[in-house]
Amino acid sequence: MTEDQVKQIVIDIIDEIAPDEDTTDLKGDVNLRDQMDLDSMDFLDIVMELRKQHGIEVPEEDYPKLASLDSCGEYLTPKFNAK
Amino acid sequence: MPASLNGEHFETVIIGAGMAGLAAGIRLALAGKKVIILERHNASGGLNSFYSQAGRKFDVGLHAMTNYVPKGTKGTPLTKLLRQLRIPYDALDLCPQNGSKIAFPSCELGFTNDFSFLEAEVARVFPNQIDGFRALAEEVRTLDAFNLGAIPTSAREAVQRHIKDPLLEDMVFCPVMYYGSAQEHDMDYGQFAIMFRSLFFEGFARPLEGVRVIIKLLQDKYRSLGGIRKMKCGIQQIKTEGSKVSAIVLDNGDILTAEKIISTAGAVETARLCEDQPTDAEASNIGQLSFTETITALDCQPTDLGWDDTIIFFNTRERFHYGRCEHDLVDPTSGVICFPNNYQYGEGRQLDEGFLRVTAMANHDKWCALDEADYLAKKAYWYDELQKVTLRILPEPKGKNAYPDASAPMPLSASDLLDKHRIASDMFTPRTVRKYTGHLNGAIYGAPNKIKDGRTHLENLYLAGTDQGFLGIVGAMLSGISMANLHALQGS
Repeated sequence: MTEDQVKQIVIDIIDEIAPDEDTTDLKGDVNLRDQMDLDSMDFLDIVMELRKQHGIEVPEEDYPKLASLDSCGEYLTPKFNAK
Repeated sequence: MPASLNGEHFETVIIGAGMAGLAAGIRLALAGKKVIILERHNASGGLNSFYSQAGRKFDVGLHAMTNYVPKGTKGTPLTKLLRQLRIPYDALDLCPQNGSKIAFPSCELGFTNDFSFLEAEVARVFPNQIDGFRALAEEVRTLDAFNLGAIPTSAREAVQRHIKDPLLEDMVFCPVMYYGSAQEHDMDYGQFAIMFRSLFFEGFARPLEGVRVIIKLLQDKYRSLGGIRKMKCGIQQIKTEGSKVSAIVLDNGDILTAEKIISTAGAVETARLCEDQPTDAEASNIGQLSFTETITALDCQPTDLGWDDTIIFFNTRERFHYGRCEHDLVDPTSGVICFPNNYQYGEGRQLDEGFLRVTAMANHDKWCALDEADYLAKKAYWYDELQKVTLRILPEPKGKNAYPDASAPMPLSASDLLDKHRIASDMFTPRTVRKYTGHLNGAIYGAPNKIKDGRTHLENLYLAGTDQGFLGIVGAMLSGISMANLHALQGS
């Protein structure tokens, strides 16, 4: 799986948990929180869906690695490929 | 669901199917946890529920849902909770209020869902206090009121730093306290801020069909996610082993186990269920405030009689007294009048009948000491008393329905008018509240000292709901969500 595919998975999850947010034209290198109205409860949901839908575990200390789409791709792609 | 729960094991057991319990249940079910909600009664909703009498549905709780914001408003409690529960905004059918007021002997302040309206009212009635009022509003806007580790501070002192006129101070406290303070005379500033925002910055709304819309949404969502709910299932005891819950014993003797327990039964009530606590544990934290409410059904709309307000918070004394009703069954000197009809339900949508609800403080012990005949007689007496007070607060009846017929020389007196249009009435008392919420003392808003982080003396037992301290219906749901997230989902 490529980083772009993983980023799309994250975008799909955000669309699902925050349907009122616009996820078109998200910048990869900018914090998701600065581009959308997401709070820590929403990040918990991203983690929850990664586990439920894809069996990916993100330990609490790694939550900061989900800050931007680029960092999500970087951090999550090896996890997806290791499955 | 298994026929018997005996021997079953759950990842999380939730005690109570009120707003907080249902919301917590949805979060856990969303995460795929094996969760069960246990409810003592046969109806969900707890403090906010409804019942039918002679085919007519009466709401309990919910005069108004506070925290109303229009669709698309970002970052507010309502928006956050809908997202967390994955419930679409439109499903709530929230219809905004017409307008409400705070009525004191010497003056009135109107307010709507637009804060600038209240600001203008304060500037009109209290021109020398408006700067202080604005400073208070700004402080409240920026306060970190949801900080779970905050130390309680006095809201009276905080408000007095900005507002120097005790009349305005009391008028600000009256609605804020009536809609959520479990503490007498004063409240925690964080809780004050949560309420102030939910009432004045955000606002009031209601689904046309009332509280049952919200309860049904939560129940259906929970069920669709595979959550299990067991009604008529009270808890006899929480068994403990060292610093942990080891098992839960149900009223029917069944024993089940769970890794975590979230209780919405109340702080003191939960402690007293625990095997390792005395039956009189935490006595100093039992709530002292209980209420009575009269409900009157009318054969016309309240606006047909000239009663256009949505909610009126009233006080008839010189100083507003928010404290235990000591000397009589009811303290009729302050309270809340609500017309559930007076919301903007949209073209062609309205409740078929008119409703008038009046809430006032009441004494739990005195109501519970009455024998059945006396109880009914006192209900009738206090129903009449509260109607008298209400009619003195409400504007003079006007409009075509205010006259018995076109040829009548004189309009009816307000009280005759109410008699003429009344088609049904009922009243609930602290005895009713105690029965349906299980709160000691029938304390609607629970214990005066809230446990914001939800922790108890046992490491896998947590509190949510009224005694965790987020107030109102939205607050209750957010409490369930936050405690489920913090204690059962985060890092697991």
